[in-house]
Amino acid sequence: MGDAPFRILPRVNDENRFFWMSGEDGRLRFLRCDECGFLVHPPSPICPVCLCKRLTPTAVSGRATVATFTVNHQPWIPGYDPPYVVALVEIDEQPSVRLMTNIVGCAPDDVRIGMPVQVTFEHHDDVWLPLFEPAAAE
Amino acid sequence: MSAIEVGERKAVISGIGQSEIGRRLHRTGVDLTVDAALAAIADAGLTRDDIDGVATYPGNMDTPPGFSGAGVNEVQDALRLKLNWLNGGLENPSQLGSVITACAAVAAGYANHVLCFRTVYEGSAQGDKGRASVTMGGGGGSFRAGGFMQWSLPFGAPSAANWIALYAQRHFHEYGTTREQLAQIALNARKNAQLNPRAIYRDPMSIDDYMDARMITSPFCLFDCDVPCDGGTAVIVSRAEAAADLRKPPVRVEAIGSAIRGRPSWDQWEDLTTFCLRDAAAMMWSRTDLKPSDVRVAGLYDGFSFIAMAWLEALGFCAKGEGGPFIEGGERIARVGGQVALNTNGGQLSGGRLHGYGFLHEACTQLWGEGGDRQVPGEPEVAVAAAGGGPLAGCLLLTRSRS
Repeated sequence: MGDAPFRILPRVNDENRFFWMSGEDGRLRFLRCDECGFLVHPPSPICPVCLCKRLTPTAVSGRATVATFTVNHQPWIPGYDPPYVVALVEIDEQPSVRLMTNIVGCAPDDVRIGMPVQVTFEHHDDVWLPLFEPAAAE
Repeated sequence: MSAIEVGERKAVISGIGQSEIGRRLHRTGVDLTVDAALAAIADAGLTRDDIDGVATYPGNMDTPPGFSGAGVNEVQDALRLKLNWLNGGLENPSQLGSVITACAAVAAGYANHVLCFRTVYEGSAQGDKGRASVTMGGGGGSFRAGGFMQWSLPFGAPSAANWIALYAQRHFHEYGTTREQLAQIALNARKNAQLNPRAIYRDPMSIDDYMDARMITSPFCLFDCDVPCDGGTAVIVSRAEAAADLRKPPVRVEAIGSAIRGRPSWDQWEDLTTFCLRDAAAMMWSRTDLKPSDVRVAGLYDGFSFIAMAWLEALGFCAKGEGGPFIEGGERIARVGGQVALNTNGGQLSGGRLHGYGFLHEACTQLWGEGGDRQVPGEPEVAVAAAGGGPLAGCLLLTRSRS
């Protein structure tokens, strides 16, 4: 994205690399338990449901729902100008998995709780940030 | 009440103290802390030689600047204390977790008189650059976020203001809560601050002032956010048997709450209309026969206005989701004539961000009848002090000693 704002990026390490680089092929991934299929986020060495330690990064649809949001007006970060929308989205496959993210592709005033959204990635260096935009009508 | 032993009843609060409090004092954290400590020790009628324990939150930390005024070791060394027990740390059931832990220490006989303190100098540390200057871990183009901040900072949400606004917005959505209702937390605090000579902001505030204030992160405006300041607060937690003949009849610890039964997380907590306050409050009530209707004075954390309303719900002053109607108009939380007198010192919103300990200090002040112009009438006998928000929560139910 040529018009991407300045971002403070996450520190990539062996535990989170799969997540932050996942968007390289346009897919969103979470750790999935090989035994019971539970999605584990943030990354952890163990499934909290069945205590299995075999977890595999697995692509999901990228569809999610806005659980809540705030329109930020405070200029916290030079180069990232308000207003912008910070949201918590719940992914379709397992709503207990939430991401804090930005809602892009619509005006801040048009964001609603319950709104269906779809992942889109913003590439910076070795990081693909998962942002979300209103889902296309089915 | 269950059959468990309520060990915290072996603990009392025997003295309280505060340093000078101000927006930007440009004094060191240790300097402020020793003033608060010596005031609390004198208030209890003790000397520093009697102090055999120290507890603090968050312990020694360099960043963010001004967040930790002093660690245990610095204070021990400055006052040459001889300790049997000490504890300082960030991973605690809130800022008041240090006090709760001190109650356990005296109940277990590890110490007789524990100096508990919390000091900040965030006002001076932030200078004229505002909160963002300290939230970014120093900032800079090459800085990268780790830990929890990796999930929030890249999306322009560095502040607890953003994270808590997400909860407030969901509460508004589910229960129809409004900004006009939430305003009462800020207006009540300001009204009380006008009677507290130590409060930071004492000018009158109207509902129009509130509604017209600039937005920080919806639904929070400027007046939903507490004011960074400099100051230290100390309380002395004593073993009840060791406090029988001290200067003042001690404040009794009736019950504590420290539970967190969901995920310890700002963004993965399952119920986006409450925090783990819910669990801490439930634990506290499980350890006493007293009821919310017995409580006359409540010091409830208001780092952001919504948290105080969430505590009102969690503690059962009103039902879950009914915080908005409960505070509407402000009468039920008023210092005089209210169902429960809320944040009688001005809270952190107007009194200054003393970070949790201010609420405990004020609860004791009111139970001792030392509130001066802001004293809650009727000699209050039961108070609650509660701190934390998000995945942090700790609360104490306190009672006045009967003479």
